[in-house]
Amino acid sequence: MIPRHLVIGMGVMLVAVFAMGIYAGRMRGRVAQTAPAADTRPVAPPPSGPTEQVTLYVAYDEAGILRAEAARIPLPSARQQRAEELLRALLEIYLAKDSPHPLAPGADVRAVYLVDPGLAVIDVNGVFANGHRSGVLEEELTVTSMIQTLSSNIPGILRVKILVDGKDRDTLAGHADLSAFYDTGAVAQAVGQME
Amino acid sequence: MVPGPSTIQRPSPVWSGLRRVLALLLVVLNSILPAGSADEKRIAVYSATAHYSLPVTDRGGREYVGLLEVLEPLGTVISHTDGIHWKVRYNNAEAEFTANQNRAKVQGRDFDLTGNFLLESGRGLVPANTLGTLLPRILGGAVTLNESSRRLFIGNVATHFTAQLSHTTPPRLVMNFSAPVNPTIATEPGKLRMSFTREPVVAPGSPTLTFGDKNIPSATYSENNGTAELTVNGGVALMASFSNDGRTITIAPAPQQATTQPAQAPPAATASSPVPPGTAAPFVPAAVSPSGRRFYAVLDASHGGDDRGVALATQLAEKDVTLAIARRLRQELESRGIATLVLRDSDANLTFDQRATLANTARAMVYISVHAASNGKGVRIYTALLPAAEENNGPFVAWNTAQTQYLTVSQAAAQGVASQLQKQQIQVRTLAAPLRPLNNITAAAVAVEVAPPGSDVMDLNLVAYQQNVASAVANGIAALRAQLGEPR
Repeated sequence: MIPRHLVIGMGVMLVAVFAMGIYAGRMRGRVAQTAPAADTRPVAPPPSGPTEQVTLYVAYDEAGILRAEAARIPLPSARQQRAEELLRALLEIYLAKDSPHPLAPGADVRAVYLVDPGLAVIDVNGVFANGHRSGVLEEELTVTSMIQTLSSNIPGILRVKILVDGKDRDTLAGHADLSAFYDTGAVAQAVGQME
Repeated sequence: MVPGPSTIQRPSPVWSGLRRVLALLLVVLNSILPAGSADEKRIAVYSATAHYSLPVTDRGGREYVGLLEVLEPLGTVISHTDGIHWKVRYNNAEAEFTANQNRAKVQGRDFDLTGNFLLESGRGLVPANTLGTLLPRILGGAVTLNESSRRLFIGNVATHFTAQLSHTTPPRLVMNFSAPVNPTIATEPGKLRMSFTREPVVAPGSPTLTFGDKNIPSATYSENNGTAELTVNGGVALMASFSNDGRTITIAPAPQQATTQPAQAPPAATASSPVPPGTAAPFVPAAVSPSGRRFYAVLDASHGGDDRGVALATQLAEKDVTLAIARRLRQELESRGIATLVLRDSDANLTFDQRATLANTARAMVYISVHAASNGKGVRIYTALLPAAEENNGPFVAWNTAQTQYLTVSQAAAQGVASQLQKQQIQVRTLAAPLRPLNNITAAAVAVEVAPPGSDVMDLNLVAYQQNVASAVANGIAALRAQLGEPR
């Protein structure tokens, strides 16, 4: 025969465990509701102020070409931020509804690092690469349009390296090589064939 | 990416690594032994669309062959494993097999195999001697199997030949074939052997031909292990030369000076060098450049294994289209007398570095990477968009820019191929692209990206279109052979 006080004690403890479980479940739901959604926006605020004329090299899938297009965008004075804003302006075209060269929603440039002498490192996010359409021409258009846009607006860039989420990657989506450093002179020649 | 069949499971990293190592080993062995080693059993398949040979596996004292491998080069094939059942669909024909059962259903009707069907790791194996009766039910046409020599003829594809001795001084044995041939030639004292591994050469009226000449008294025909062999017996050392686009082989005594001088570089279009009598000669390549360096093409069907490439359509992956086109291109190049190796001749995983290493080790004169695309029309030819220069270290060439000194000849090859495609009314464009492993190749290197001829991506699978593209690309490479064959 189990003593009465032990039965009561056990019952109280079971009720307490049950109540704690309900409380913990509610707390978790409340945290989930208040947690912000994954933020894919650039860390830096959008620049404002006077605009500058730049040349964007825009890819057109239908014809498989790159077109040099003049645009006016607000640009910060710092060289590195200018590079980032240039690429974001290009991506804005690619992410628009009637994009001539669609990229995956959420694709973004995380940062551009300008390292002397003449090296630019473009760091794109995972969505950019993982959601990219596979194909020699599609991938080449993306890579060359970014590099040419950068090198034609920011003087002194001789080599470009592309990282994905800060890491090396073999190819963009199975074709375009991301393992090596791009020579901006060679890219400019290739762009000449694609205009 | 296209989801795989329901039965396909993601392999463990260890298993995946092992598979990659095995696949690489197979490719290396295949490159070393393109015609199969003496011990390896093979079956040769000849059809209007492709000529190829496949390994034969012994199971329980019976010879087996993978049915999917037999059908893949012939048309669109889809297989599906469901437990112990294995279904295969070739164009509109369906067949269903059950593991360890000899009864199958082909086109809805029962079919008895000569032995049990085997299912090994999702691969369906049928007895090799069943193919002669099974394939007509699936393909819907005549199929002839020569069981003892393991040679399978699909449709009326046989290459016949005549042999006639011209009693000139010196005598010449002229052999005319009904289609271009490219045998491997070997000589030994008193004999010149021609091995036909990829040509559907069939026996003449009598296996022994006698000519009544002391220099070239006779020739014998034999077949074994998927290969036809023609041996010309000679009282003196013999040499062979090709003409008429590979349709004629002329056998004649080797020039006398060959007995006292080192072998000279053969003239263009000559298939063998003089061989001193009394010494066994190594295999003689079928196509030799004017410089004496072998003109050798390496074809690389891009992607493969876990890497499906572009999902061209729900059931159409880039890796399958590239393999089909590469196989057709091999056939076209070989019919033009160009020895060719397909780097990925199965559904194997190969890294870029492995592809480049294999191509460079094979000392190819031209490397052609095959890709497929769903966007655009026609064909795009790419040469390497070289990365930023890296320093060579003495005799060691920087890996990422190894293509640098070959870029001019690669661009010439691209232009040559493009002009031949234009002649075929195929829309074509030449571009530079950052496409590995083009930049790692130490030979003329181009990538051929085939897009559909029109708006329907499924047209990429049309045999006629693939054949048309392969023929034009082969014409471009053949036209450039003299230029690419020059020593560098």
